[in-house]
Parts: sequence; structure tokens; C-alpha cells
Amino acid sequence: MTWEAVIGIETHVELRTHSKMFCGCPVGFGGEPNTRVCPTCLGLPGALPVPNEKAIEWTMRLGLALDCEIAEHSLFHRKNYFYADMPKNYQISQFDLPLCADGHLDVTTETGERRVGITRVHLEEDTGKSTHLGEGGRIGSSGGALIDFNRAGIPLMEAVTEPDIRTPEEARVYAQELRAIVLALGVSDARLEEGSMRFDANVSLRPAGVVELGVKVEVKNMNSMRSLQRALAHEIERQTEILDGGGAIAQETRHWDEEAGRTEAGRSKEESSDYRYFSEPDLVPLSVGDEEVGKLRAGLPELPAQTRARFEAAGVDATGARVLVTSGLGTLFDEAVAAGAAATEAAKWLTGEVTAYLNREDTDPAGLQIDGTALAELVSMVEAGDLSSTAAKHVLEGVLAGEGEPRRVAEARDLIQIRDEGALSEAVAAVVAAHPDEMARIAGGDGKLIGFLVGKVMQATGGKADPRRVSELIREAAAS
Amino acid sequence: MSDPADFTIAEAARALRSGETTAAALLKAVRRRVTMTEADLHAYLTIDAEGAEASAAAADEAFARGEDRGSLQGIPIALKDNMVTRGVETTASSQILAGWIPPYDASVVTKLRDAGAVIIGKTNLDEFAMGSSTENSAYGTSRNPWDPERVPGGSSGGSAAAVAVGSALAALGSDTGGSIRQPASLCGVVGMKPTYGLVSRYGLIAFASSLDQIGPITRSVDDALAVLETIAGHDPEDATSFRGELPDFGSQVDRGVDGLRIGVVSELLGEGTEPAVADAFGAMLERLEGAGAEIRELSLPSTAYALSAYYLIAPAECSANLARFDGVRYGLRVDGGETVEDMMGATRAAGFGPEVTRRILLGTYALSAGYYDAFYGQAQKVRTLVIEDFKQAYQQADVLVTPTSPTTAFTVGERTDDPLAMYLSDICTIPSNLSGDPGISVPIGVDDAGLPIGFQVLAPALAEPVMFRVAKAVEGLAGFDARPTLANSEGAA
Repeated sequence: MTWEAVIGIETHVELRTHSKMFCGCPVGFGGEPNTRVCPTCLGLPGALPVPNEKAIEWTMRLGLALDCEIAEHSLFHRKNYFYADMPKNYQISQFDLPLCADGHLDVTTETGERRVGITRVHLEEDTGKSTHLGEGGRIGSSGGALIDFNRAGIPLMEAVTEPDIRTPEEARVYAQELRAIVLALGVSDARLEEGSMRFDANVSLRPAGVVELGVKVEVKNMNSMRSLQRALAHEIERQTEILDGGGAIAQETRHWDEEAGRTEAGRSKEESSDYRYFSEPDLVPLSVGDEEVGKLRAGLPELPAQTRARFEAAGVDATGARVLVTSGLGTLFDEAVAAGAAATEAAKWLTGEVTAYLNREDTDPAGLQIDGTALAELVSMVEAGDLSSTAAKHVLEGVLAGEGEPRRVAEARDLIQIRDEGALSEAVAAVVAAHPDEMARIAGGDGKLIGFLVGKVMQATGGKADPRRVSELIREAAAS
Repeated sequence: MSDPADFTIAEAARALRSGETTAAALLKAVRRRVTMTEADLHAYLTIDAEGAEASAAAADEAFARGEDRGSLQGIPIALKDNMVTRGVETTASSQILAGWIPPYDASVVTKLRDAGAVIIGKTNLDEFAMGSSTENSAYGTSRNPWDPERVPGGSSGGSAAAVAVGSALAALGSDTGGSIRQPASLCGVVGMKPTYGLVSRYGLIAFASSLDQIGPITRSVDDALAVLETIAGHDPEDATSFRGELPDFGSQVDRGVDGLRIGVVSELLGEGTEPAVADAFGAMLERLEGAGAEIRELSLPSTAYALSAYYLIAPAECSANLARFDGVRYGLRVDGGETVEDMMGATRAAGFGPEVTRRILLGTYALSAGYYDAFYGQAQKVRTLVIEDFKQAYQQADVLVTPTSPTTAFTVGERTDDPLAMYLSDICTIPSNLSGDPGISVPIGVDDAGLPIGFQVLAPALAEPVMFRVAKAVEGLAGFDARPTLANSEGAA
């Protein structure tokens, strides 16, 4: 039978606000455990939450970027369950009245465009982080568990899609697009590997053409865009095999094991699914007026889809525009163009060498040692003939390694092309003089040997000669 | 000269400024009273001798410098032990917090310190403020200073007993369903619950967040006013704290009741009201009428359901508020087996007393899937009706009055086996917690056994000025000057 996959994605995004969701502790990553804590985010008796207005505003910004309705009235609820790294044993979250609802995000893949419905975007608080010593969470039999509450209370935005996604590729593109939007809004660093952006996916299969949904499995623990796509592909395969074999899918949570390349059932002990939500009495209802929503909408930055369209209009091809946006290099591109670089050239360097560098170094654009002015300088040096394209790659390498501006790197590495006619003629004359036989054959019409002699000149000049000019000079010498 | 431990705040404030006494002397007198009465009374869980002496010395130095931060400077005040105090053990009378030393001060504590008050110690309460007698304290029952065989009421029983006997000039209590007013009534002192949101809850160990409110327990209406003026006001640490301009609480206090419309709620004078209480209440109504007030009988039909609604809403909120006591980060930890969950279960089973456990279970049940609508949801609807009923009533009356408690102090153990009878102690006070409106209890007399009777004045939200005005008139008309047995027999020596 042909099965159709039905996928929905829940995304958690830690907001990089100055302070936590309900207290004044700074938001950060890493550092000494339990150093960014206070009575409120530790859940000490008597402490109370005070909402972070910025986090509420930022959540509405994401909602607007996803074409959501912003709720005039919304509420925080308590979600009750016991967990050692959750300080109050309830999480302040949102339930039936989220800040944003009913939006959508269009994703384009090789198979076409799909509109993914956004059910809701809401705001909650993150939990602490447990480190288990020995076997999972067992106090008696192991060294116990250590809990770091630095993360507890960091604002956490959750965006939930409708079950509109059909393929693992669509899921990845959706995730990349959402991440690009979050980055464009500047509300999070959205680092998957650090957990500041996390994806959970619900996957079910149904016979092609059937409307009812099958039994869904929740897949967790996907720490990269690639593992999201792989995990879903695997899970679809796993479910297909079960269904084709006449079996039934168990509704469960499965964890993606990146190394093994498969999903595995979570611990069998079922967590209570009754969270006993009730409205948070320590907080007052949120109300947002049309005027504020209008202001937020007007203040939205250019969104990735708009940025791509603008890049394409500037002459960048569709793939290049997509890579620039998803890899977060759009700003660098704009700066380079503003500094005088041709759009196509700037895009070529950024989507080629620079992107390769980012992948190789496993870093992000914020950590790059190059700015738009430097990139424009590199482009103009190539155009002016100061750098061969090979030399330019070496210069870029040096710039990215922090050796300085392109011209300085080129000079320091002695890569500037010899444009002094006299010096060039001397070098050519020396090679010509050393190869009388070859010169005679060239003069006799054997053009293939020119390349050989150009190579000799390049060798002699340490690659700094302009090969086209050298070729011309050799022809002239042979003809004279 | 009378013992300074028997001063009102107003008297002490005058004596401190005339040089007749010092903060240190005042503290010494109060400490002497504590020493004489605590064995019988058990009002305190913790005495902060060092902290109090330092504060008293600081207050005296301030007076010497001519620095005056208002009427509480140098005044010995007690705190109910559910308000956290930096460096001073705070348990909320629960085993689960035995030995816990908070790293921060509640906002009210900061305000009292800033005003130069001298915090003597922490008073006993029903565990996590759940109860009406202090019998639910994990650290023993406080006794009523008028008769040590009887309870002081609760949950702020320790605070009320301490103020009544002179072990503090004033105290703070917290009132979720009557926990300030009922013990004030049973101990013959003034107890006031402010409008919800007027006093910051930051640092008050939560019982039921939407109902809890901190307020003063004092020996006079003027003293309650003075304490309220110090502790009220917006607190950025409490998102439910009132942001608007505060009313001038004392603006009408001496104007008398002439021309005021006073509503009597018929539903709150029914069965269960002791004849002595009904008589004293009726007599006060006559005096108020004689003083020019118009007495109107009013009906608040929804109050019949208020108690039931309260016993769903308060436990529901407490079931979440008390979830944090799990042995992971502070307080008691009992290793109960293999897993973290086992430890949490064992800690909670060992750390919570029976009444707290009962309410957590009730609340958990009321919020559970399938029961939410029938219980918690329904209770919220009743709450809305109560609010509406009060609004209607306040169109016909400036204030409403009731007996604070249907009975005077009951004997220790009398109601411990009958939770429902215990819950009925708060029938007259609970409705105004649901509505968030202010209320005050003023002593108006004693019954045949010499036990105090309290008169409650309720007012609309933020109408504290008219509430204090009627309360002050009641105080004057009652001329209540009886003294508790314990204070008389020992304090006069």
C-alpha cells in the first residue's frame, strides 16, 4: 500500500532577552552552574513571577511574522507535573488562550510549495538542566543527579504547526525557514546544538487518499536540521514496515539516536498526561490593543522570503539567495554590495568559499572575521587584476583566519599580481631565453606550447603574474 | 505608669518621641511579656533576639539623630511565620520547611525594616495557613490568652495571641479565608484584611494566591491604619499588586457613622451563630443606629455557596503552590527508594500534616481532567456570582457588617475531628476573600465565659477609608477594655 506521511512540528525557541521570563536573572548559556538564579527562578517559598514584557513583545513579533492573529486577551496557565529540574513543579505556560494563533508559513522544496498552518505561538518558561551521574535518575543506585538552574526561567517560545507537512524534506525546510525568521527578528541565537532552538515532530501514516489521521508518534532529540530530516525519514520507514507487515503503531514518544541512525522508544514509564492546567493566579491577564499590534507589525524587519526576493532581483540566482538567507549571510551580502561589490560576485564568494568555511569550522556568521567592506575589497582586487582567482581564495582564507584586510593579507602573503610591465617582460624574457626550441615551435604555429611556457613564468613569479598578459607577451616574443 | 508592653502603637509612638521610653526599653518590656506568657501561650515559633535588639538600637539612634521614619519606628512587631525573613528560620509551621533559612526578605518585611520597626520574631500558624485554630501547626497549638484551654483561632493564631497578650504591639497576619479576622475576633484584638493587591505578597509563602492577603493585627483601629499605611503600595515584585493611586486610608476615620448606610447580611446571621454573639452584634447595630447610621438588611444569596466554592478554589491553588516542596532544593528530604520520584513522594508524605495533605488531594482532584468543569470551573462561576452580589449590595449600603465568627473561641481539640465544623468558623469571612474586598474585625464585648466577640465591617474594593471610619465608630461605641487573663495575671505583676 502507498502510505502518506503526516507531520506536525513543535518548535521551542529560547529568547535571548536581557533577563529571564519571570525574574531579573540574566539569560545566558554555559558558565558556572547555579550562578544565574534567584528566589523566583529557583522556586523558593514566597517568590513570585513578574512577566518579561520584552519576551511577550518578541513572541508577538514571531506571531506576526507567521501571519498569526494576536489575541486581544491571553492568559498564562500553570502546567502541573513533577520533575526534579522544574523548580515549582509546575511550568508557567499558556493553554487555551495563547498570545498568537492561526498563522502560516510557506515552504518551497523541490516538489513544490506548501503552506504549513501555524496553530499557535505561545510563551512559557524553560526548566533547569539535569546531569545524571550513573544510571538514569536513580538516586539509590547511582551517584545521583546534579541540577543546574541557570536555564530555569529563560523565556521559551513555542510554535506549533498543523499536521500539514508531508515529507522529511518539507520538515527540514520548514525548520530552516522558521529559524531564518527567528534570526531575522533577532529574538534568539537559535542554536540547535546548544538547545536554544529545539524541534519535536509528530509523525503518523495514513493510506494515500484517506482523510483520517493514523496513530501518531512523537519524535524528539533532533539536534540539527540534518538529523531532523533523517529522523523523520527513518521514522516513516519504520512505521511503513510495521503497517505493511499488518502491525499497529503504538502511540509513544521516541528519541532519535543520531549515531545509530534510528529512533528508540522512550522510557516505558508513562508520564501523566493530565497537566491540570488552571490560570496562573500570580499573574494578571494579558491584553494587547490594536494600536500596539499595529506598531509591532510596522516594526517587523525584512523577513527571509522578502530578503530572498530582493536578492534575486539584484541578480543572485534562487539557490544563491536561499543559501544566503538560511546560512545567515544576508547582512554580510548587503554590506558588501553597499561597499561597492557586484551582487553576483559577492553572492558567489559568500555561498561558495565562505559557506564552505562555516561548515568546515562549524561556526556561524556572527563569528566571521570578514565584513562587507573587506569582501567588497576582495571582489574589487580580483576585478582590477590585482589577484588571480586562486590567489583570491588564499587571501580570503587569510582574512577569515583573522590576518587582516584583504590587501594586507595579499601583501603579507605576497600574492598581488605583477602588473609592472617591466618586471613582467623581464620574467617572460628570461623564460623565452631559456626555451629557444619551444619558442621556435610556437613561432611555427604550435600554440599548445604557450601554456607550458606560461606555467614556467607563473612558477618563476610565484604565481603572481597575470597569466593572460604573460600569454600575450609570449605570443609577441614568438612573433618578433 | 502602665507596662509599655500594653501600649498601643499610638501610645508607644508618643512615648518614644517624648523621651518617656526608648525602643530598647519597649523591646525589653515586650520580651519580658514573652518570657512570662510563652509557656502557656506558645504564640511564637522563633524569637529573633539579636535582630530585634539591633533594630531597637538603630531606632534609638535614629531618634537621637532626629530622624523620624513614622509611627512604626522603634515599635516591636511580630510576623506570622509564613512571611520569609532573611537569615531567620521560616517554616510556615510545616515539618517540610524545618530549619529553612530564607536568603531574602518578603517585601512587607523590607517595608517594616525601612520604617524602623523592630521585628521580634515569627508567630505560630496552622501549617501553610490552612486552618482556623493553629491546631494544624507541626510545632504545637497556640493557646487563647483569654483561656488557655481554648484555641486562639487561625490561621494567624500566634500573631493574634501575641498582640492580645502584649508579646508584640502589633503583628502581621495573612488572610486567605478569614485567617486574620477570625483569630483577631477570638483573641479580642483588631484584625484587618486589605483589598486584594494593596499589600505585596512577595515573600508570603503562598497558600491560595488569588485569595491570600497580608494585613495588620493590632490593639486599635488607629494602629491597624498605621500599619496598613506602612505596608501598602505597589510592589514591582508582585504582578498582582495594585498599581493605581492609593486611597487615603485615614481620611474619614474620625467622622463617625452619621448618615452612613450599613447593610446587614441576612444569610450570615443564620444557624450556628451563638446567642451571645448574635446579641452582642444586635446591640452594636442599635448603637450604630443611635449614632446616626441607617441599618439595612440585605441579601447576598450566593454566600450560601461561597464556602463550597472556597474549598475548591483554595485547595486547587494550594495543590500547585505546594508542589515545589519536593526535597530537591531546600527543606526536608526523605530518601524513599530508588528514584527521584520516590524521594519526592516520601518527603511530601513525611513533611505535610493531615490537613495540608487533605487540601492538596482535594485540589488535585478538583483540577483533574473530567472533574475540572464540575468542580474548579463551577467554583469560579460561583466566585463571579459572589462578586456580583457584593456589587449589588454595595449599591444599597456603604459597608456591610456581620459577626466576624459565629462563635467565640472553642476548646482545643473540639473540632479537630470534624473538618466541616472547623471550616464553618470562616463562613462570615470567606466571601470577601472571594471578592477581593477589604474587611476588619473589631472586638465589641465578651460572652458569659469572658471570651471576646468580634464585629466585622466589610467594604468595597479600595473603600478602606469608609471601612476604617465605621470600624473606629464601632470601637468607640463598644468601649471594649477587657484584658486577657494571661496578660492580667502576669503582666500586671
